Amino acid sequence: MTAVSTRGVTPRTTLTRGAGLGLGAVVLWFSVLVLLPLAAVVAVAVNGGWQGFANTLGNPQTRAAIELTVLTSLGVAVLNVVMGTLIAWVLVRERFPGSRLLEVVIDVPFALPTIVAGLVLLALYGPSSPLEINVANTRTAVFLAFAFVTLPFVVRSVQPVLEQLDREAEQAAHSLGASAGTTFRRIVLPALIPAIAAGGALSFARGVSEYGSLVLLSGNLALRTEVTSVRMLTYVENGNLAAASVVATVLLAVALLVLVAIDVLQRWLVRRG
Amino acid sequence: MKATARAGWLAGVAVVASMGLAACGSAAPDASGPGDDGTELSIVAYSVAQAPNQAVQAAFAQTTEGKGVTWTESYGASGDQSRAVESGLAADYVHFSLGSDVTRLVDAGLVDPSWDQGATHGSVTSSVVVFVVRPGNPKNIHTWDDLVKDGVDVITPNPGSSGSARWNILAAWGSQIAAGASDDAAKDYTTSLFKNIVALPGSGREATSAFLAGTGDVLLSYENEAILARQEGADIDYVVPDVTLRIDNPGAVTKDADPKAKAFLDYVLTPAAQAIYAGFGYRPVVDGVTLPAVEGANDPANPFPTPAKLLTIDDFGGWGEAKSTFFDDDTGVITLIQVETGKSS
Repeated sequence: MTAVSTRGVTPRTTLTRGAGLGLGAVVLWFSVLVLLPLAAVVAVAVNGGWQGFANTLGNPQTRAAIELTVLTSLGVAVLNVVMGTLIAWVLVRERFPGSRLLEVVIDVPFALPTIVAGLVLLALYGPSSPLEINVANTRTAVFLAFAFVTLPFVVRSVQPVLEQLDREAEQAAHSLGASAGTTFRRIVLPALIPAIAAGGALSFARGVSEYGSLVLLSGNLALRTEVTSVRMLTYVENGNLAAASVVATVLLAVALLVLVAIDVLQRWLVRRG
Repeated sequence: MKATARAGWLAGVAVVASMGLAACGSAAPDASGPGDDGTELSIVAYSVAQAPNQAVQAAFAQTTEGKGVTWTESYGASGDQSRAVESGLAADYVHFSLGSDVTRLVDAGLVDPSWDQGATHGSVTSSVVVFVVRPGNPKNIHTWDDLVKDGVDVITPNPGSSGSARWNILAAWGSQIAAGASDDAAKDYTTSLFKNIVALPGSGREATSAFLAGTGDVLLSYENEAILARQEGADIDYVVPDVTLRIDNPGAVTKDADPKAKAFLDYVLTPAAQAIYAGFGYRPVVDGVTLPAVEGANDPANPFPTPAKLLTIDDFGGWGEAKSTFFDDDTGVITLIQVETGKSS
């Protein structure tokens, strides 16, 4: 989350000995866990050259899967930005029976194994739905599964900021005649934007990589409900690691673009705030 | 920051829980007591075979050869397991759902190329492709042609991501060729079949879960999985079609395996061990097996009816050829049919 939070530019020379060691440890840890594996994926992908990229991305099934995954993840991120902020607001500002329970339940999508989530969603919103809502094996199911697994991100990033927020500014705005809406828009929202953006970015990234909750629910139908994780598994099953890595690299690039775009948007909104 | 603390706590629980599950998954069965020579063998196999293999391992421990052998187990999706061994997972004995998963290890120099030269051609367990239907077979499904009728929803594991799902699709294709159809006619049939397919879950087990949760009228599955599901109390029926494909699940020892692993493989191919597998719904791969009453089979006393026409993978030129002809990422016949049917709906 610190990646998107705003900090002033720090001169390089402020590192003390201890901080230097700390930074070293961080870089090492980060390299072993993240940078090296990512570099390996990209290396395998570029091994096949441009032709490899062109072949893989020329495959209509793969292209459709990338489109579906990225667009659905974006859609779900936008939904989460609205609903997550609302949930966080209700949890922090309102007192109502069951609020403590809701507070705990929010994290369930994180703790529940995704395959179990898929099974539960299928039972509730599949062909035997007690609610008579059947979205199984449609694009709606993909959206639903993404929305389920990413629900906590925005809530959990906005909530602590909202808790720390000084309410005197709001009261002042109110006493100067600002309506509740204006107070929210001009006073509260600007303070929340970095947290909302961070939560939205996490939600997007999580959606792009989702697999477990979909295997039962989405049906994995080519060009219709198949997501990129399934495409990559197919390539791996056929021993085509290069193609799987190409898809992964494209997703990484898209994710990076989206994260940068969110950061730029967030900074702009805060400055304008 | 109490929220963060709680999230951390929950994450901790999830990690511990998943480690617990992983530990259960890899725990050796306590079939044999403390052994004389304490040989430890590792078996790497595909998920469905776990319970049968454990029963056979327990019986093996009662033999002179098998006395004192203990096991390290690893079970998962066949392709994943094969790739894990290829990338260094220790294995003395492997048991996969299709031949190309062993071929991968031959190519990697881990299994001797002569592995399939035995009497059973490398196969240690066998089954056939069947139709799993709702109780009482309300849609009256008996033949492959019934699957492409209007209003019949079919579900089968994804032939792309699940190697073992490819048996089902080949059976569908082969049913038409066996009836004298041309390749074009078989392609038309398979295209119609894909139009009726409502879901392609990731694996056989997941397809069964989705079917039990209400998806589809017919599930393409294996006879042994249908029998196993019924043994576990699933409310389903199954139909063995007149024309179907024999599924051969290969077993092999690795080059560096302990000699006891070969002894185990030999034991697996005895009528006694095959009878144990039969109890779990697998068709025997050797003659002279006294079949037990197979609970969960349509007729426990005659559990494995002989279909009028039983195809084998050799009818498709073996897995090497079938893989590239039918399932290639870009040019495979089935891959293209999937894209075509995806467009039209």
